[in-house]
Amino acid sequence: MKARSRPAGTALALGLPVLFLGYFFLYPLIRILWLSLSGEGWTDAFTRPRFIEAAWFTLWQASLSTVLTVVAALPLTWVVSRFNFRGKALVRAFVTVPFVLPTVVVGAAFLSVFDAGLWALIAAHVFYNVAVVVRTVGGVWSRIDPTMEDAAAVLGASPIRRFRMIVLPLIRPALASASAIVFLFCFTSFGTVLVLGQGRLRTLEVEIYQQAVNFLDLPVAAALSLIQLATVTAMLVVSARTQKRASALTLASETRLPGPRPGGQRRSAWAILTVSLGLLAVPLIGLVGASLAGRGVGWRSLLTDTPSAVDPLPAIANSLGYAIVASLIAVVVGGLAASWLSDHGAGGWFDLLLMLPLGTSAVTIGFGFLLALDRPIDLRGTAALVPLAHALVAIPFVVRATLPLLRSIKRELREAAAVLGASPARVWREIDLPIVTRALAVGAGFAAVVSLGEFGATSFVVRPASTTVPALIFRYLGRPGSSNFATAMALAVVLAAMTAIIVLLIDRVRGAETGMF
Amino acid sequence: MRRLTTIFLLSAIAVACAGTGNDRGPVTITLMAHDSFADAVTEETFADFTAETGHTVEVLAAGDAGAMVNQAILTVDNPLADVMFGVDDTFLTRAVEAGIFEPFTASGLGTVPETLRASDDSVTPIDFGDVCLNYDKAAFSDELPPPSGLDDLIDPAYGGMLVVEDPTISSPGLAFLLATIALFGDEGWQPYWIGLEQNGALVAPGWTEAYYGEFSGGAGEGDRPLVVSYASSPPAEVIFSETPLDEAPTGVITDGCYRQVEFAGILAGTANPGPAGQLIDFMLSTPFQESIPLTWFVFPANAEAALPLEFVEHTVIPPKPVQMDPATIEANRQSWLEQWSDIFR
Repeated sequence: MKARSRPAGTALALGLPVLFLGYFFLYPLIRILWLSLSGEGWTDAFTRPRFIEAAWFTLWQASLSTVLTVVAALPLTWVVSRFNFRGKALVRAFVTVPFVLPTVVVGAAFLSVFDAGLWALIAAHVFYNVAVVVRTVGGVWSRIDPTMEDAAAVLGASPIRRFRMIVLPLIRPALASASAIVFLFCFTSFGTVLVLGQGRLRTLEVEIYQQAVNFLDLPVAAALSLIQLATVTAMLVVSARTQKRASALTLASETRLPGPRPGGQRRSAWAILTVSLGLLAVPLIGLVGASLAGRGVGWRSLLTDTPSAVDPLPAIANSLGYAIVASLIAVVVGGLAASWLSDHGAGGWFDLLLMLPLGTSAVTIGFGFLLALDRPIDLRGTAALVPLAHALVAIPFVVRATLPLLRSIKRELREAAAVLGASPARVWREIDLPIVTRALAVGAGFAAVVSLGEFGATSFVVRPASTTVPALIFRYLGRPGSSNFATAMALAVVLAAMTAIIVLLIDRVRGAETGMF
Repeated sequence: MRRLTTIFLLSAIAVACAGTGNDRGPVTITLMAHDSFADAVTEETFADFTAETGHTVEVLAAGDAGAMVNQAILTVDNPLADVMFGVDDTFLTRAVEAGIFEPFTASGLGTVPETLRASDDSVTPIDFGDVCLNYDKAAFSDELPPPSGLDDLIDPAYGGMLVVEDPTISSPGLAFLLATIALFGDEGWQPYWIGLEQNGALVAPGWTEAYYGEFSGGAGEGDRPLVVSYASSPPAEVIFSETPLDEAPTGVITDGCYRQVEFAGILAGTANPGPAGQLIDFMLSTPFQESIPLTWFVFPANAEAALPLEFVEHTVIPPKPVQMDPATIEANRQSWLEQWSDIFR
């Protein structure tokens, strides 16, 4: 119905994202795969035990990491989305911080707690990705009308039964979305695997990097990329099915949240907060501690000139600039895509196309850019490439974060407004816009955070030597000397603080526009 | 006839431009470099070059050395830059065979010792670094002196003390592997590595993880007193110490060092071959060469460049470093690395 009433809008909502992903993702991908697979020797990638082992390991570690991330994140999601308490905005910002920390920094923190190996890797994956679940699922959970649960409780339903019968069906699409993203992240994990696997754990991503960069064996790298793409596609199709099963229950457009009830509920809420935040804090406290080593020499050298005259301010400005451009692109493309999906249903080929960049090897995309983006305008080696690469990674987040909210716009409300004489523009402004704004704010926040911390994909594209904060951290870590290490740690703290501030600001904008959240 | 004259005139102009490079006025030269070079470039780095020639330099960061070379090979028909810097012996043959460089002889090549020059005439050596074992001075004494060379590393007295980088992904890791292959030969290097493994050597993914995470000396936070690092690491420990030091906390074992030379070359197909050559000449000139040690922590290729005091006092340039023919590396790299992976899994 709606599709027919706004044909131009629909064409734009589908057309722009398809054009964007077609030109900046599919076309480079096809170019590099085409070049590589016209060579010889790629077929044996499917049979060599080394690669089969890597594929199998990649699959199961990503699955295990995803399950454990969800299990670890759900209690915290419950607390931050069901209750109002002082400092909640801080908690939500704090949870997002791990997401941007460079793998080397997180790796060092985890190595001080765990022995290197599988469990350290899984724990680091959980640490990184808790934010994805808390923020994606929390956005929906906070809008479940509590009176439904209260009624069920009065009727004698146990907390577990209430969760299973009321909450779970409503959050299932968001949960499936979040799980898909976490899975893709862990599936293409590179830096974390190198640091915590110490050469003995090898994912497909590591193998692709090695074949493509160290051996320039593009045929084998391309064959491995194909295996990666096929697996990711299969997982996404399964996940899409889960997301399609919509619940018969509806979400409230706004919910006034209570504080936790005194007694058992308050105790468990506080226990969950303490344990979850405590676990997330351990590596961060270690980081702050390391940045203060040597009586603050790291901070001093950040603020004064070092012998090589590095100024962190341009790096911070560059990082912020890239983050702003990347999130603008991601919000426009991802927002349009999500609005199309909310009208036409998720889970089809378009949905798959949106998610695929997150599950594609960064080396493959980077090399593809070189072959594909030299005409009509030569984008290779320009500053534009960095936010474009960041946006490709951020779009899935924007789509996943906004889609559940857009879906919750009640069709009856729109129709009622139309019947009462509101113009389509007014229906959009009064009914869709408040929810859309909130959804886009969530998406923009994620995109900015993804861009701030991104180091993988952009390290495989040529770019101007304007340093970003993660690059500067790597630079300090690449030199001996105790003050360099402390300076790197101090910069990581700056990056963490930038993230927290951005998330706080975005949460605030969202709160101001939509009342309580 | 008129057309012929025009063509002749045009090509004469083109030759003139290519010859002097200055005829078309100032241009912007794009310099493609690996991240560790690009990250340390500041506004001052090429300010003198711009003052002398009028040309400006734009630096493109292209990942690590391997990624950079491969990107240049993929774009050989439509190059990304005018000059490439940072290709080392391990990737030189591949780069040259792919035809990415234009022949060029730098005017200052005479200042570079023969041992640093490439057999190919298209690339110019700019700097070199020696990958050497570093030791934590505090962990050794008269009773247990630091190892004198690679042979000692399989001695149980030094068991569990060594951390190395994964050669399949790390440049110093690969250099150390090449040193063992050069010293122990085709038959000997695998038994040697089996010996290292049995003696408790640890493999870290990269230099950062090995040095900061596992090494006990200097800024390292680990508990292993032996690490594969650089000959320039001890001066860096002094320069970047949290508290002023008279003596470096770490030392270099000069036996079994591997010398990495980094080259610059003009990328084939550039529109600015003249200015590109001027840039390479500038990078080999004494003032620029003297700024290399404290900016990138490698040694100048130009023998006339003086070393900063910290480098003179706190390190030694290994007298007999190992070097390997780039063509040999190219022919064997993949099989060596796969054989290494089979030992260390």
